Amino acid sequence: MKCLIKNGRVIDPASGTDDTLDILIEKGKIAEIKSRIESSNIRTIDASRLVVAPGLIDMHTHLREPGREDKETILTGSRAAAKGGFTSIACMPNTYPVNDNAGVTRYILTEARKTNLVNVFPIAAVSKNSESRELTDMADLVRAGAVAFSDDGLPVADSQIMRRALEYSKPLNKLIIDHCEDMSLSANGVMHEGFYSTLFGLNGIPSSSEEVLVARDIILAEKAETSVHIAHISTKGSVYLLRRAREKGIRVSAEVTPHHLLLDDSLLETYNTNLKVKPPLRNKEDMAALLEAVKEGLIDAFATDHAPHTPDEKNVEFDNAPFGINGLETAVSLLLDKFVTKNILSLEDFIRMFSTNPARLLRLEGKGEIKKGADADLTLLNLRKEILVDPNKFESKSRNTPFTGWKLKGRPEMTIVGGRIVYSARP
Amino acid sequence: MGFSHKHLLGIQHLSEDDILSILDTAESMAEISTREVKKVPTLRGKTVINLFFEPSTRTRSSFELAAKRLSADILNFSLQASSVTKGESLRDTVLNLEAMNPDAIIIRHAYSGAPHFVSTFCRSHIINAGDGSHEHPTQALLDAFTIRQEKKKIKGLKILIVGDILHSRVARSNIFLLNKLGAHVVLVGPPPLLPSIFTSLNVEVSHDFDKACIDADVLMMLRIQRERQEKYFFPSIREYRELYTLSKKRLKKAKPDAIIMHPGPLNRDVEIATDVADSVQSVILKQVENGIAIRMAVLYLLLGGKSREMSD
Repeated sequence: MKCLIKNGRVIDPASGTDDTLDILIEKGKIAEIKSRIESSNIRTIDASRLVVAPGLIDMHTHLREPGREDKETILTGSRAAAKGGFTSIACMPNTYPVNDNAGVTRYILTEARKTNLVNVFPIAAVSKNSESRELTDMADLVRAGAVAFSDDGLPVADSQIMRRALEYSKPLNKLIIDHCEDMSLSANGVMHEGFYSTLFGLNGIPSSSEEVLVARDIILAEKAETSVHIAHISTKGSVYLLRRAREKGIRVSAEVTPHHLLLDDSLLETYNTNLKVKPPLRNKEDMAALLEAVKEGLIDAFATDHAPHTPDEKNVEFDNAPFGINGLETAVSLLLDKFVTKNILSLEDFIRMFSTNPARLLRLEGKGEIKKGADADLTLLNLRKEILVDPNKFESKSRNTPFTGWKLKGRPEMTIVGGRIVYSARP
Repeated sequence: MGFSHKHLLGIQHLSEDDILSILDTAESMAEISTREVKKVPTLRGKTVINLFFEPSTRTRSSFELAAKRLSADILNFSLQASSVTKGESLRDTVLNLEAMNPDAIIIRHAYSGAPHFVSTFCRSHIINAGDGSHEHPTQALLDAFTIRQEKKKIKGLKILIVGDILHSRVARSNIFLLNKLGAHVVLVGPPPLLPSIFTSLNVEVSHDFDKACIDADVLMMLRIQRERQEKYFFPSIREYRELYTLSKKRLKKAKPDAIIMHPGPLNRDVEIATDVADSVQSVILKQVENGIAIRMAVLYLLLGGKSREMSD
């Protein structure tokens, strides 16, 4: 089936394109890109006044299936992703059971195929049951379809296991993603340790809890002569470590979430459990350092860390609530409104960090670029339309967002996966 | 003088006038407890629930007597007999209790912010009787009442708060309150239990108890919990005692008329030497006595009793 996307502002950071172009899609691939493609009897999508970006990729999502289908399923999470403008999502292995064997990886891929919405790429566990004791059968997992490895939700706590994982996975050419947290320093902490934790009487998670492991991973990656990826970077100190490592030529990459760029720890005054997240919301200085690192290109990717939890789980005392923020359906509008429309970040930077770079980091062939022969995964963005964040309208099964009521300018207009429209904001 | 708040969740957001209004109301309440018939009908027909999710003797009985002396009906919700042990959520527990139409719910909870959470979905007046490491407003109020009684003022006094500041809700509420009333607050304790970030609360931080004692007007000692030691906050009770016990020797460095306070329960010979706790300078039992007057004042101001009925 053919399809033509006409008159869109096509932005593709991979090729440096930013031009009004027509894109012809054939058999799920991009067949042609030209300033004017004649169309007589093909289906045409008018993209004038819209931005046409390579399909956005969220490299850090929790789909909860198998095991916690009360929070989210592969189907509801995929719907949320499509509505949020994502053509691909990579899902973390902290399910029940943990995605630490080929059976679970295949199950996720099979269920995802049934939904026929977005591409779902499973990230497998580094260690069995994410217990940091034994490595998973990494080659077997790659054969089954795992695109990267992480014990996310938990750090790879044992340094020897982390070292061996980095070494062993080298010929597999897959990224190791670490949730950097020294659990003994986090202890029973529930928010960032600092002035506000002192004021609110909540146990603190110090910045050092993240930084100690970021430093360790950088050292281990250097010694192993390989790359490592820091999930959801959140502190000024981690940014400092990242910058120094890059200057030394160490292959360390990092992602940042919209909530760590936009929210700080002073907001916890209300004890709103929708603000409870790991790593915790840090202070304004950390936020500024993160944004600076994004502008410099030091942080490679945006990621949602979409962590759905049921209303009942969140409707409790702050200490008892689970950590996590629902992110798939707010991330794009938040970043467009707060950074792109305010000229803090360019559209090109935004697309590079939410498509080009995640595709590169996860080694996704044919994704993250608009060129002849690439997969016809495209996200159409409308920079003029406003959205109102209303969790009751989420496709996600959960509602745990701290952004309720925010009015945001800029939204995903249409999500196209393999040439098929999987979401459209148009009536 | 008015009191316009619906709940008493903490000291932090009260104004100086709010605090003085409670202290002054407590003055007139104190007298009721000295009468032959210790009861006025002020809150007749009102229902108050004591909802305690943590063990407490002083605070719970103090609120109970305060309510009874104002003729309110009080229901004591005991943790063991409740459905909490059956896994009911705090929200459900409170909603069920609220269905019984109380006027106020007094809540003590191990988690900071629990009373704030409850206040988001409750019709009743919520009174915080201690939440986690956050606040214990009636304790700070009764402490201020006691200091004012003994010293006739609070402004300008050098007040030491000594011990596990990090985990203490009593310390936080007192810091907020004493700052608002112009005292010179000095916090004392080992660095892991008194991180330097506390200086940003507009107080002095000291790790040298001997030095800090000099010229002190008030020495407020906090309970040291032994389980903190297991979490590496300090090496041993023996060493803690060496550095931070209020001994007779240390007490001599304070002003001769300095008073000694403690919110209880006491660890005798851990944070306070037993002879010091029982000395004439100790006002620990006066604090307990004043607790009732303060809690009567709080109940009265929140539940909207009229002063006309007071003289009844």
